[in-house]
Amino acid sequence: MASKTPSMRALSRYLLRPHAPLHPRCQHQAQNRRYAAAAAGARLNGSVEYDTTPILNHTSKASLSNPELPAEIRNGQTKRINLYTAVNEALRHALQTDERVLVFGEDIQFGGVFRCTMNLAADFGTERVFNTPLSEQGLVGFAVGAAAEGMRPVAEIQFADYVFPAFDQIHNEVAKYRYRSGSTGANCGGLVIRMPSGSVGHGALYHTQSPEALFTHTPGLRVVIPRSPVQAKGLLLSAIRCNDPVIFMEPKILYRAAVEQVPVDAFYLPLDKAEVLKPGKDLTIVSYGTPLYTCSAAITAAEKDLGCSIELIDLRTIYPWDRETVLDSVKKTGRAIVVHESMMNAGVGAEVAATIQEKAFLRLEAPVKRVAGWATHTGLMYEQFIIPDVTRVYDAIKQTLDY
Amino acid sequence: MSFRFTSRRLRIQKLFGAQACLNGSRPAANIPLRQTCRGVASTASAEKVLFPGALNSEFTDKLNFIQPSQQEAIPTYRVMNQYGEIIDKEIGVDTEDEEAIQIYKNMVKLSVMDLLMFEAQRQGRLSFYMVSAGEEGISIGSASALHPSDVAFCQYREAGVYLQRGFQLSDFMNQLFANCKDNGLGRNMPVHYGSKELNIHTISSTLATQIPHAAGAAYALKMQNMQNPNQDQRVAVCYFGEGAASEGDFHAALNIAATRQVPCIFICRNNGYAISTPTSDQYRGDGIASRGAGYGIATLRVDGNDIFAVRRATKVARQLALTNGGQPVLIEMMAYRVGHHSTSDDSFAYRQRVEVEDWKRRDNPITRLRKWLESRQLWDDAQEKELRSGTRKEVLRAFEDAEKEKKPSLRNAFVDVWEELTQEQRAHVREMRDVVRRYPREYDVEGFEGGLGGLDELVEGKRE
Repeated sequence: MASKTPSMRALSRYLLRPHAPLHPRCQHQAQNRRYAAAAAGARLNGSVEYDTTPILNHTSKASLSNPELPAEIRNGQTKRINLYTAVNEALRHALQTDERVLVFGEDIQFGGVFRCTMNLAADFGTERVFNTPLSEQGLVGFAVGAAAEGMRPVAEIQFADYVFPAFDQIHNEVAKYRYRSGSTGANCGGLVIRMPSGSVGHGALYHTQSPEALFTHTPGLRVVIPRSPVQAKGLLLSAIRCNDPVIFMEPKILYRAAVEQVPVDAFYLPLDKAEVLKPGKDLTIVSYGTPLYTCSAAITAAEKDLGCSIELIDLRTIYPWDRETVLDSVKKTGRAIVVHESMMNAGVGAEVAATIQEKAFLRLEAPVKRVAGWATHTGLMYEQFIIPDVTRVYDAIKQTLDY
Repeated sequence: MSFRFTSRRLRIQKLFGAQACLNGSRPAANIPLRQTCRGVASTASAEKVLFPGALNSEFTDKLNFIQPSQQEAIPTYRVMNQYGEIIDKEIGVDTEDEEAIQIYKNMVKLSVMDLLMFEAQRQGRLSFYMVSAGEEGISIGSASALHPSDVAFCQYREAGVYLQRGFQLSDFMNQLFANCKDNGLGRNMPVHYGSKELNIHTISSTLATQIPHAAGAAYALKMQNMQNPNQDQRVAVCYFGEGAASEGDFHAALNIAATRQVPCIFICRNNGYAISTPTSDQYRGDGIASRGAGYGIATLRVDGNDIFAVRRATKVARQLALTNGGQPVLIEMMAYRVGHHSTSDDSFAYRQRVEVEDWKRRDNPITRLRKWLESRQLWDDAQEKELRSGTRKEVLRAFEDAEKEKKPSLRNAFVDVWEELTQEQRAHVREMRDVVRRYPREYDVEGFEGGLGGLDELVEGKRE
């Protein structure tokens, strides 16, 4: 089909492709060069390799061996896709199977600034997949109303950094709708709010934030953060099917970087279960989203250097979260570290650490350590120092084991 | 031909073949997207403005700022004057006599309930109340012109909408007392009514948040109207005050309603005050109505004390809202807030008592309709007396009944936050029950349906 040497025509077509950012907000696309700034002699930092990381399913067999998948999926086909394609496939399946599903947000119609909604408007019509005016409070409020009248809207906030204009709608309306409606039964549980979040290496103040802790302080919401394409597809489909409103935060650095074998057919992953990614017996690391890759690299180095065995847990659903899996693990290992990108104070780590302290106090051999963003903003040039990296996780492992 | 090109072609063919979208018959909406997204390019010799942002604009060589102060204010539509006389007798009132009497009775019922409940709050028997004095015509008149299946979103001063749709006095009282028969299960402050049967969403205190909800609901209705063209076509209607219109949600809602062309009627009650803030501190434009055109929305200003004008405006707005598959309409209903903002407010701290007395005497929707009814020999003093004393008794009976009811079960403090109770919640229920049991003198649980036992079914479930 395509010749080996690209013609001039193909080249110009490539340059005209709409993936070139159109909107000033989309100048920061996820790129797989987060650690390009690591020091030349770095042994720990710079070692996150998406091609070989054990977190991703590099073979079809690995992907299909997941016991959470139903038998018909495990006997089915997989294909190798990245995270944004997985999101796209989940949205496509939802649109196909439920005519109440609507997909909208800023710049959705041409495919989205991260390509998550590619071809959906063309295939399902602009009544169901459409652009909204540039107003986060407006589009979330609109979604609430549509959900309250029986639709299942999947609204997109272009970056999690821009969710704050919609904070009132999310905190006071989305989260409280069912409760305050009482026996009238009205609710906006069909609602999913997707938003790209987390660091990309050069997102500075407003393309880097992970505001999940703000939503975990709101009863009535579910907060979900997938770590990989398989998780993104399965968790997003569950989020759309779920009758509670879901904040679905997609780590944007993984959109293109995380590529794995994903079951071709639709499947659903539980919204109330953490997952033990790697078993171990000396220490438990609890994390979610992008830092799992950092943790995994740090664990590989620490296990080699220190001869220890570390358990890695992906929370997946940040709220309501699976205390049981975390506590079972910590009771076994006696040591715990929580890792996340957003700042430490009152972050998700505070809740996890406090719960471990309360429920596993007698089993603890060391204080629960938190590796999180420092109490500052992510100034452009300082991101690598602020966001937890492999070295900091490695050091936390060392300190906790030595305690 | 490249693979990309082929696949796009296939997609387009698919679109015009088997339709995947909700309504099968709108190919116009499915033209290839790149074309609809692209702005219009200008040519070097263009005489007409071709900037994509304002396609109908003409060039001008005069530098003239548009001065709002030089524009004429938008006129206020009315059908009868303040003496109850119909201005254009040929057009008349298009309201049946029976209907007018029923509307009158409901307005009186609302004002009687307001007076009594305000007093009840002053006696400490209710925690809070808000009256509709001076604005009964807007809520009752507009509700009477809508279809019962139209979906309503209210701010809080629209008890008349509930009343007109059939909310019973007992329903109001149960909500005010937050007792076990309250629709809201005892969770909301008084006056935050809601009803599924009457298609009115529960009120929340947060101002203006309901305006984009109405736009979104109207979009859902638009799609449902398309799916079931044989059923009654429905609109959404949203009420808010002129103060709430300063919130960002108002702007967001009207803009998205216009761009998505939703069948929604936005009804602004402009009563001159947002708590203590007069409109001169609220905005400097020509009220709320003047903003409609800026969003590309059909707009009308109406005399809110004229029930016939309110009804006709709402009726026509409803037809308009359903035209061409849907479009938003904005109506600014002018009124004067005769009562205090709420029972927590003494409005004489910021406005003259005489101003209020003037408004009470000069003009209000109830006396104006009464004048019309009397001029047609449909109403007299005897009927008035009977109606008022009868309504008073009815309200007081409902009030006393509601006051006697138990409070809702304690389970309602926890359920409905999520669809199912979470493990964390179960642990909290257990802990709370335990504390109450160990400190029985510190808590009064007897007033609640089932007492502490109301929590029992919630503590079962998996181990935390």
